[in-house]
Amino acid sequence: MLVEALVLSALLFVIGTVGVLVRRNAIIMFLSIELMLNAVNLSFVAFSRYLGIEGQLYVFFVMTVAAAEAAVGLAIIIAVFRHYETVNVDNFNLLKW
Amino acid sequence: MVDVLFYVFAAVALGGGLGVVLARSPVGSLLFMLATLFSVAGIFVLLEAHFLAAIQVMVYAGAIMVLFLFVIMLLNLGHDFRKDFTFGAGMVAAFVVAGVMAGFLARQFRGSGDHPLYAFFPGPEGMDALLAEQGAVGAIAHPLFTDYVVAFELTGILLLMALVGAIAIAKQRV
Repeated sequence: MLVEALVLSALLFVIGTVGVLVRRNAIIMFLSIELMLNAVNLSFVAFSRYLGIEGQLYVFFVMTVAAAEAAVGLAIIIAVFRHYETVNVDNFNLLKW
Repeated sequence: MVDVLFYVFAAVALGGGLGVVLARSPVGSLLFMLATLFSVAGIFVLLEAHFLAAIQVMVYAGAIMVLFLFVIMLLNLGHDFRKDFTFGAGMVAAFVVAGVMAGFLARQFRGSGDHPLYAFFPGPEGMDALLAEQGAVGAIAHPLFTDYVVAFELTGILLLMALVGAIAIAKQRV
């Protein structure tokens, strides 16, 4: 099941990347990032089935970091929404070169 | 049986992923994401990672997705049905490159039964023995509290920092 799981993981990662590139709604871009994290978790777990328990430990840490990242990111989205009254990232170009 | 279940879960995960990107309303995206998370949890079970499957459902599908839903409801974005897709020349080029790479991937995937990749890995017997000896939770807990205990403690500090940072950023006036 290793190869199938890796292919599924790659496809989910690509879907997440496309979501970040194509959508302009900050919340949905965030969801796509979570999708990418999940795809990586899936490949870690698939490898851990064959190579030992460490892969599952890394997934554990990735999930923790994802939870922290979601909390801080959503706080930033709330702060930005309070300022601009929108979450469309086309309006946030202050740091754009 | 396991293979059939895997393909069912994989199909739901891929459909949910496409739904996340294509759904118009943020709440719809979120529900599709929930379907993806649950089916990835199912695949974790098929890969004998039972503890991570439980964590995936409780932390990801339970806590993080509720946080997203909370923010969507708080900011009143639930009925924002305008399309917000962007497409440019660079995007088209990116999709062409992605298609070519997907073609290479599909060529690699042909005949997965005796795929050459398996030659590089030991079989799953070692993991089966470990799980039978220590159980699904014990197998993770033992290295977590011995070899990786520093990373585990640092995770606690990270969560505290994220907690303080999220409150400080989202507060009305600092």
